[in-house]
This record gives sequence, structure tokens and C-alpha cells, in this order.
Amino acid sequence: MIYLTRKIEFSASHLYHNPAFSAEENRRVFGKCNNPHGHGHNYVLEVTVAGEPDPATGMVLDLKELKDILQREVTDSMDHRFLNYEVPELAGQIPTCENIAAVIWRFLEPKITRGNLHRVRLYETPDLFVDCYGESNGTGTAPGVRGDESRGVSR
Amino acid sequence: MKIHLTRRYRFAASHRLHSAQLDEEENKRVYGKCNNPYGHGHNYVVEVAVSGPVDPATGMIANLSDLDAFVDREVIEPFDHTYLNEQISEFSERVPTTENICIEIFNRLREFPNAKLERVRVEETSLNSFEYMGEPGSNR
Repeated sequence: MIYLTRKIEFSASHLYHNPAFSAEENRRVFGKCNNPHGHGHNYVLEVTVAGEPDPATGMVLDLKELKDILQREVTDSMDHRFLNYEVPELAGQIPTCENIAAVIWRFLEPKITRGNLHRVRLYETPDLFVDCYGESNGTGTAPGVRGDESRGVSR
Repeated sequence: MKIHLTRRYRFAASHRLHSAQLDEEENKRVYGKCNNPYGHGHNYVVEVAVSGPVDPATGMIANLSDLDAFVDREVIEPFDHTYLNEQISEFSERVPTTENICIEIFNRLREFPNAKLERVRVEETSLNSFEYMGEPGSNR
């Protein structure tokens, strides 16, 4: 099995605000990320596809094809956007690195037809990143994106 | 889909690689320059990966302010600007190689209450790094 990784960058703004929280609670839970005007990052996305090289071409998949998919599915919808307002798939969600990476996984997974999408790694800053794996690929046992009332987050 | 959140931290510390189970000659041979009796230092980078359900109310696996406070308290505060051999009790008997530092950091972080610790990766320099994911089957 060969793992092929392609990297892209996009720049976008976001803000963290849960309308179900009070203003005070929003500030306490989300800190500076609750600034109502938003703020931005240069996101770095690494997309890893796993597969066997085609003997005829020596490729798992054509990098040009992957580049086009990333341009269409990610750059066109997220680059130089305000993620809260301009990416419908994030509507009603807090656009954290976790949720953005999960949306990107869902954009890409059905489009990768040669090899299998193995990992989506999204850097919000060089010191913070999220990895998404499919159920069969991960190294951990996290049950995925799902509500769990018992898992309080700094509240 | 499984999601891991990874955060990078830094500390600077000195150490000396010297094993009480080896004689002087063997220590010099095995550890080379790292056996210098006065010790030497590194800028360590620690990557901490956690997993868990994404809380729909916050969009987070864990609030970074909680993870940062926990890692600061358990690792960065005690380790930063210290001589690991003398000032971290676990290294009084155990050689503070980056392998052992990685395991020690994992053990200090495994009780993080808000998410499951998946992996600790320590860079001793930009060219060396070590990863520890706990022992298979251990209750972590």
C-alpha cells in the first residue's frame, strides 16, 4: 500500500458563537475566537490517499486529478471566505478545526475514485491540527462526530 | 469518521545520557557526546494528540484552553528550563533519552479528563522525533 499526500493552503475567516449560550458563556468558552467581527487563518490542508500504484502508469492516482478535486471541492468553496456565512455545510455548526476537517472529509471522500481517502489533516496554525480518518483507517477509537451530553467542554 | 486533535508545545531543558548499568567506557561508547558529564540541552517540541466526540455545542473535541492548562501544569511547567536528570524524579534512575521522555510525558497526560490521549510525539531536534501511543491493551 502506498500513501500519497497532497498539500494545499487556503485563507479564511471564522468566529465561534453558539446562539444557545449567553453572551458571557460564549466569551468564557470561546475566548478571543468569539470576537463578533471574526478573525482569520492560513489553513494548510494535507490530503492522503492510500492505494496500489497502477502498473501501467506507476501512479496511485493522477496528481493532476487530485489537484483538480482539491481546487473544486475545497479552494473554491473555502478560500477567502467567511466560513460561518459562506460554506452552507458549516451552517449551524461552530467552524472549529474539527468541524471544518470533517466537512472537507465529506467533500472529498466520494470524489476520490482511485485509491481510498486515508486521512485529512487540517492545520489551523503550525501548532494546531486535526486528523480525520475513515472508520477502517484510524489508529484510535474515537466514535466520530456526534453529540454526547456527558462530554462537557470547559463549561 | 475518527478525529484526532493535535497541539504542539515547547520546552527547553538539559540532560545527560549516562546509565548506571554501564561502566565509564561503555557509557562513552554508547552515548558519545551525550555522555558529557556537564550535560547539554535541547529545544524540545511536544505534540499531544487527543480524540473523542465533537461536542455539537462547541464544535470541539476538547477546549484548547483546558488542554493547554493541563499540559502546562503536568509537563511544561515542571520540565521547562530544568536539568531533567536532577530535577525530574522519574529520571533519577531512568536515562532521559527522548524515548523515555516521550513515555514519561504520555504517562503524565493520560489522565486528561476531557478527551482520550492518543499519542505523544517528542522532537528532540528538528531531525529526531519519537512517538508513543501507550501499550496495546493497557487501560488508558
